[in-house]
Amino acid sequence: MTEDSAARLHEVGLKYARTVALADVTLDIPARQMVGLIGPDGVGKSSLLALIAGARRLQRGHIEVLGGDIADGEHRRLAGPRIAYMPQGLGKNLYPTLTVRENLEFFARLFGQDHDERERRIVDLTRSTGLADFTERPVGKLSGGMKQKLGLCCALIHDPDLLILDEPTTGVDPLSRSQFWELITRIRQQRPRMSVLVATAYMDEAQRFDWLVAMNDGQVLDTGSPRALLERTRCTTLEEAFIQLLPEERRRGHRQLAIPPRPANDEIAIEAHGLTKRFGDFTAVDHVDFRIERGEIFGFLGSNGCGKSTTMKMLTGLLPFEEGEARLFGQPVDPQDIETRRRVGYMSQAFSLYSELSVGQNLDLHARLFHLPDDDYRLRRQELLSRFDLESVIDELPGRLPLGVRQRLSLAVAILHRPEILILDEPTSGVDPIARDNFWAQLVTMSREDGVTIFISTHFMNEAMRCDRISLMHAGRVLASDTPRALMEDHGGDTLEEAFIAYLREASQAPQEPDDEGPAGPPTIVTATAAAPPPRFSRRRLFSYARRESMELRRDPVRATLALAGTLLLMFIVGYGISMDVEDLSFAVLDRDQTTTSQHYILDLAGSRYFSEKPPLQSYDELDERLRNGNISLAVEIPPDFGRDLKRGDSPQVAYWIDGAMPNRASTIRGYVQGIHGDYLRELSRGSSTPSSGQVDIALRYRYNPDVQSLPAMVPAVIPLLLMMIPAMLTALGVVREKELGSITNFYVTPVTRLEFLIGKQLPYVALGMINFLLLVLLSILVFDVPIKGNPFTLALGALLYVMCATGLGFLISALFNSQIAAIFGTAIGTLVPAIQFSGMLHPVSSMEGASAVIGQLYPTSHFLIISRGVFSKALGLTELYPYFLALLATIPVLSLLSLVGLRKQEA
Amino acid sequence: MRTLANIFQLGVKELRTLLRDPAMLLLIVYAFSLSIYSSATAMPEALHRATIAIVDEDRSPASQRLIDGFQAPYFLSPVLTGHADMDEGMDEGRYTFTLDIPPGFQHDLLDGDTVTIQLNVDATQISQAFTGAGYIQEIVNDEVATFLAGHDPDGASAVQAVVRMVYNPNLDPAWFGAVNEVINQITMLSIILTGAALIREREHGTIEHLLVMPVSPFEIMTAKVWSMGLVVLIASAFALRVVVEIGLQVPIAGSVILFLFGAMLHLFATTSMGIFFGTVARSMPQLGLLIILTLIPLQVLSGGTTPRESMPELIQNIMLAAPTTHFVMLGQSILFRGAGLSIVWPQLLALVAIGAVFFLFALSRLRKSLG
Repeated sequence: MTEDSAARLHEVGLKYARTVALADVTLDIPARQMVGLIGPDGVGKSSLLALIAGARRLQRGHIEVLGGDIADGEHRRLAGPRIAYMPQGLGKNLYPTLTVRENLEFFARLFGQDHDERERRIVDLTRSTGLADFTERPVGKLSGGMKQKLGLCCALIHDPDLLILDEPTTGVDPLSRSQFWELITRIRQQRPRMSVLVATAYMDEAQRFDWLVAMNDGQVLDTGSPRALLERTRCTTLEEAFIQLLPEERRRGHRQLAIPPRPANDEIAIEAHGLTKRFGDFTAVDHVDFRIERGEIFGFLGSNGCGKSTTMKMLTGLLPFEEGEARLFGQPVDPQDIETRRRVGYMSQAFSLYSELSVGQNLDLHARLFHLPDDDYRLRRQELLSRFDLESVIDELPGRLPLGVRQRLSLAVAILHRPEILILDEPTSGVDPIARDNFWAQLVTMSREDGVTIFISTHFMNEAMRCDRISLMHAGRVLASDTPRALMEDHGGDTLEEAFIAYLREASQAPQEPDDEGPAGPPTIVTATAAAPPPRFSRRRLFSYARRESMELRRDPVRATLALAGTLLLMFIVGYGISMDVEDLSFAVLDRDQTTTSQHYILDLAGSRYFSEKPPLQSYDELDERLRNGNISLAVEIPPDFGRDLKRGDSPQVAYWIDGAMPNRASTIRGYVQGIHGDYLRELSRGSSTPSSGQVDIALRYRYNPDVQSLPAMVPAVIPLLLMMIPAMLTALGVVREKELGSITNFYVTPVTRLEFLIGKQLPYVALGMINFLLLVLLSILVFDVPIKGNPFTLALGALLYVMCATGLGFLISALFNSQIAAIFGTAIGTLVPAIQFSGMLHPVSSMEGASAVIGQLYPTSHFLIISRGVFSKALGLTELYPYFLALLATIPVLSLLSLVGLRKQEA
Repeated sequence: MRTLANIFQLGVKELRTLLRDPAMLLLIVYAFSLSIYSSATAMPEALHRATIAIVDEDRSPASQRLIDGFQAPYFLSPVLTGHADMDEGMDEGRYTFTLDIPPGFQHDLLDGDTVTIQLNVDATQISQAFTGAGYIQEIVNDEVATFLAGHDPDGASAVQAVVRMVYNPNLDPAWFGAVNEVINQITMLSIILTGAALIREREHGTIEHLLVMPVSPFEIMTAKVWSMGLVVLIASAFALRVVVEIGLQVPIAGSVILFLFGAMLHLFATTSMGIFFGTVARSMPQLGLLIILTLIPLQVLSGGTTPRESMPELIQNIMLAAPTTHFVMLGQSILFRGAGLSIVWPQLLALVAIGAVFFLFALSRLRKSLG
């Protein structure tokens, strides 16, 4: 590698709807260095990294990465394997239900590594990151720090020349963070030519980088080594330097935070004794004790998943606990007690206000739920708006605000009702330094002036230093509780971080924790084989996706069960429920003749299996009423003197009233009535001695289903319906889920092609669809007693083609939607209606007109329905049915082509 | 008092949230307008453009008369063909019906003999097979009778059957399709809206936030029930008045107010069901699958699609526990047959009872899942 720059940016601009994320950024990022991007939230750091990684489409400007234009698809294909990108969020591009090893194998396959190479690298990487003992653990059960390490391993599996890390340590505890950076340092020693580009919110981390880019508001403020930045701004810490670099209006009002001493107060506000919480056999919180005085700011520190949030939730009454006791103001915590809730304010880790309500509406809603008197609230609202500087955003939706502002709003809501205790769960995670300082200024005011007790958890050491006392928590237990100074002195560290890490190391001597200085050492990276360009089509990459998808499906039993059991259930319901034979129709007679002749006439009707007779009618009113309330669906009126008129040959008229509310049933009744009436006439004429005229006898033969049972007719029609709906739905959700949860990034930044992705994602669902088909066929043969008259293999071949059409349709739908719920609706509308109404399931396609006829002729269900009915009921084979097979065969590439057009290899 | 105020405030919040979700709004509008319109008009009449082939071995005026009897819109014009093609065509699904007129048909008729005509019906086309066969028999009998009447003026029927359709004289399928679709949409939307509202609160973490405030699960649930119920109620009133009555020209026999009152009770039950699903499902995809798996049986088995009396006894009894069964009965009675309170009170009572049970059950689930 001879390039001097890892990436060159020239006038790069990026817009999301109306907001400008990047404004004309021109930047030259040096190669073979550790480069840090620093800046407040939402200033465009992540966008910049995504652009450089090629994950996001370039809108304006020019970016050259590793000596080529990143906007050029061919360069991305060739350079892709040399770039590794780890997006923001704890393990966002990993697959939580897969194990550590399976995740690594997936990425290794995507980069075309064979079995031996894969094994060697996985062993190397897991050993050096301390993950070797956890390879069989599902990623979802790893702590945040371990997830980040695994993310790094996945990024490093293919020896990249450019490693891009987007806030890899946000929300990660200090110990894991230090281990993470040690690992990066060691890898860089092994691979000196690798460039590393990192975005971070931690200034102490940035301090150690070679070169920094300070950003604000979509622009680059300054670049240079940390030392150079400090010199230029004449500051001692990078945090101060960064604040100095900000434009004047952002800096205004910011000053060094001073915390006045706390007046002594021995009233106990929060107290816990032996508090214990278990989830199954996992003890999340293990006999925790603490006492917090009124007005104290009490900090809670600990590794990820150590039980901090759980403890806080138990104190608010959100979670019940198994053992111990917790008291607020001397009263035991009682989740049912509405009154203590008025005295507590709680702010959860994630933003939990209504993002669909504006800032003002959120405040109003909470005020009303706390029943603040109107006058009082008006003042309070004004006070809070100015105190938290929210007036300018009062009509904005929280989702559109930067994280810092959202956190201020959350705090304002949490203290709206003047609580005496404030429980804050990592309120400043991911918030930039200035916003954090402002936030803390508010906390200090509340504690010192209003005597509010504040219980806060954090990963920031400088925040912990501001607390009156802190507790260090690890693996569900409190390791130590004291003032920050005392804790530092106890362990002789210069900083609280060192003291904290020392405590953690001491506590985790237990064998299950990995030892980083283990025998393995750094990964022994073999020089990459002369960079052969990745093949244009690779079966290995395709199967890598297929494998992963099917593993995920296997690990989500609910989805698979609903899919398999659901179809069977629906088959039962539709098989038994949709009955076209209308039987047991209730009727009643208004017999105004009351002779044997009239009774004889009725006998034919009453004797039919289609009708069941109800008590006779006495009057027109009764006839009317009983038809109206649905008691009978057919009324027969026999006129007076029916018998006499019949004998005289006067052609008496029998009147039938049919309830037309259900047209289908009504016309069936009409058919029956006419049939029975006709029989009566024939019988009558046969009885009379002189057959005056000829008769027609219609020999009716119901073909393919001689008894005209519903079941043999419905079963071959229901199978196509179910095989369309479920595979399409699952495929669509499988893709949209990746979009919603973020793992779609792997598709953007790895060499996998669109076609490989398309086929790989569909294969497992095609397989599932065929299992479904098998189950449905077995059900119809064994349970419904509907045999296949033709060749089962012909049917199976048709089913295979058809299921491929169904998954293809699901994939096409997934290209249109970004949220899962929209995809569900979209698939339901796109499959149910055409399959049920237009494809000939209920009404033949030939009876359709207009748009429905066009849809009916094109939709794959129409073709498979004919195949299914043909093989099931008519014993037809390929020779008769081949046009429909060809139609299905032609549909697959058409759907695939449309999907490929809709599928983007970069985020828009 | 406080409880009532909380329920009101939380409900208003739900309505505001819905207003901010254009996709959901679009779906509601679609469900209560276009969707009703299209399913009312897309459903062909029981017999519409049926395919028929005739093998005419007689080629006489009488047989020609028969052939001319098959006309649009019930039948596509008959295809005249031979025996071989007749079988092949039925196998391939080209013809749903085939009629074989034997040689000597006219001659035998005039001789006063009984002539047998063979009618083959493709029974896999269930919706047309029955009614179609009935129609064809009627047509054949009529045409033969008129033919013979021309030759024998005394041939009037001994008894005449006068068939009248009440409540929908022309058996216009759009009437039934439209009203049935309204009923289906009421059920579907109320379940989806409340279920999704609960899952959304959980996914966004806002439910946790509500629970640290002085608000009880009862208030949270009741708020969702009334607000989402109200939305669906207004939408269905609009759909009945504008789409069904004005757009589709379907006359509504009974009192719309009474129907909406019934709908309100029905919504009480279905929104509670939505809450229940919201507590069972862990994520939106699971909710989606769950809803599909319940909606289809509810729609198919409640008597709106096929008559209840044709279902197995067991299913009929099980479905008495579903609110849709009673709501469909009530809807059909009021909207088609103009039934009043004196007739539909048992259904109203059943809806109240089912709703109360569902509500209490969902509430206890919600309490448990939140506790």
